Amino acid sequence: MIKVENLTKTFGAKRAVDELSFSVGRGEVLGFLGPNGAGKSTTMRMITGFIPPTGGTITVGGFDIMENPIGAKKLIGYLPENAPAYTDMTVHGFLNFAAEMRGRRGAEKSKAVQRAVEMCFLESVLHQSVDTLSKGYRHRTCFAQSIIHDPDVLILDEPTDGLDPNQKHEIRQLIRRMGEKKAIIFSTHILEEVDAVCSRAIIIDRGRIVANGTPEELRHKSDWAGAVTLRVNGMTADTVEQKLRQLRTAKKVTATASGNRVTATVFPQTAGDGDLTREVIEATNGWQVEELRTEEGRLDEVFRRITLPDTKN
Amino acid sequence: MNPLGNIKTICKRELLAYFTSPVAYVFIVIFLLLNGFFTFMVGGFFERGEASLTNSFFMWHPWFYLFLVPAVGMRLWADERRVGTLELLLTMPIAPWEAIVGKFVASWLFLGLALGLTFPVVLTVNHLGSPDNGVIFAAYVGSWLMAGAYLAVSCITSAITRSQVVSFIISVVACLFLILAGFPPVINLLQNLTHNWQWLVSTITSFSVITHFDGFEKGVLDSRDVIFFLSVIGFSLFTTSVILRTHRTS
Repeated sequence: MIKVENLTKTFGAKRAVDELSFSVGRGEVLGFLGPNGAGKSTTMRMITGFIPPTGGTITVGGFDIMENPIGAKKLIGYLPENAPAYTDMTVHGFLNFAAEMRGRRGAEKSKAVQRAVEMCFLESVLHQSVDTLSKGYRHRTCFAQSIIHDPDVLILDEPTDGLDPNQKHEIRQLIRRMGEKKAIIFSTHILEEVDAVCSRAIIIDRGRIVANGTPEELRHKSDWAGAVTLRVNGMTADTVEQKLRQLRTAKKVTATASGNRVTATVFPQTAGDGDLTREVIEATNGWQVEELRTEEGRLDEVFRRITLPDTKN
Repeated sequence: MNPLGNIKTICKRELLAYFTSPVAYVFIVIFLLLNGFFTFMVGGFFERGEASLTNSFFMWHPWFYLFLVPAVGMRLWADERRVGTLELLLTMPIAPWEAIVGKFVASWLFLGLALGLTFPVVLTVNHLGSPDNGVIFAAYVGSWLMAGAYLAVSCITSAITRSQVVSFIISVVACLFLILAGFPPVINLLQNLTHNWQWLVSTITSFSVITHFDGFEKGVLDSRDVIFFLSVIGFSLFTTSVILRTHRTS
């Protein structure tokens, strides 16, 4: 549905987006990750046709956003960053306006508004003015605007920003449900959201894609993937560390003692290696092991490693 | 989708926005009070004993509009950019010019409504004497066109900045130029300065709204004057679209 090729945007001498290429198909939810200022919002603004790219092409549902902007925009629902809405209107008036702008009239319009209101739980504030709404409701009002025409493509710029945990949960479920039939791109800072919602994630740093894969694949890039953590009673940290270091597939061992307990982590030589767990179990035969678990890998660690300049390489 | 439908939708929203905020009511009340005061107290409507509105009523309009129209136009794009709704509006499936025209027409209709509410002065002059209502009608048309020209200039200044105050000040200055270019003392000064280079003076004065409003006030619907106002509007709206596009690219 969405195809981005060699997308570039420069602001003066600064390259905000640098030769970005990716595509999103129907039924896919693509998570956009990256530090602030990495070019996430700029990319989304180009896909929705708000700012023109310096170079490259974007097609949405077969329509080129530069050559046939109206055809492409009809397919897109867009929630901009900070969820702007006309503050002088009521929620009902605002959604009616959005539906009309999408070419809905009469009964079709009221049905579209009704549907969006139900999906975003807005009944209780329907006749309230937008500037009196709490942040959560304002966000949902703008979200409702983006789905009012049941678009094939949804572009959501930080859809859960500033919401409380319950509201975050609701919005995530909504995105996941809609992701079954639509092509969705959403940006976020919250890594747990990637696991909860995305079928694929892209990490962007300084305008470039630095990682692209399913949440699982990304996690496997972590040093923690396949690492084994164990808690042992009645041994010193030094002995535990020494014994574990002798394992064939171990790369690094850390061990800390608290009281008479030692917590140790063994990192594998190749991330995601399943052999390590077996080796550790064999090696600790006869120890007083209280707990032993294999780590899945940590997204936040992957994120930090590939987006922090000083720890790179 | 049809452009007319889009323009209508935007226009309707914009008009509603005026009336849900106090702007509309404050504007109308002040506009009518100023008109009443200047027509009857300063313009000496009764003392003149003329069955005409030209010298007592319409002559003030270029000056009223100087301050009031930029106040109506300043929020058009500045607010849209400040709040971020511009991003929403321009990612809808519409052409940018449809949004520009829709918003302009809404404000222009609003100014037309305020102008129309001065009708008691027409009733008064008709009650007291028998004026030429054709002249009055022509002057109303001219006044509305002039308001449109000021408004279109305010559209440009509103698109330039996020701040409504800055937009207001710049458009007052720009509109002041449109007036002063045809203001008799200024024309005299220009003639002295340029040693009566008539072509230069007349080029400058031809940009003045006063020169072109003059004909309407006398009851003359000259196509050249109509074209002048319409072309100021057209040019300004085009400039607005260029400015909005430039903002998005840089």
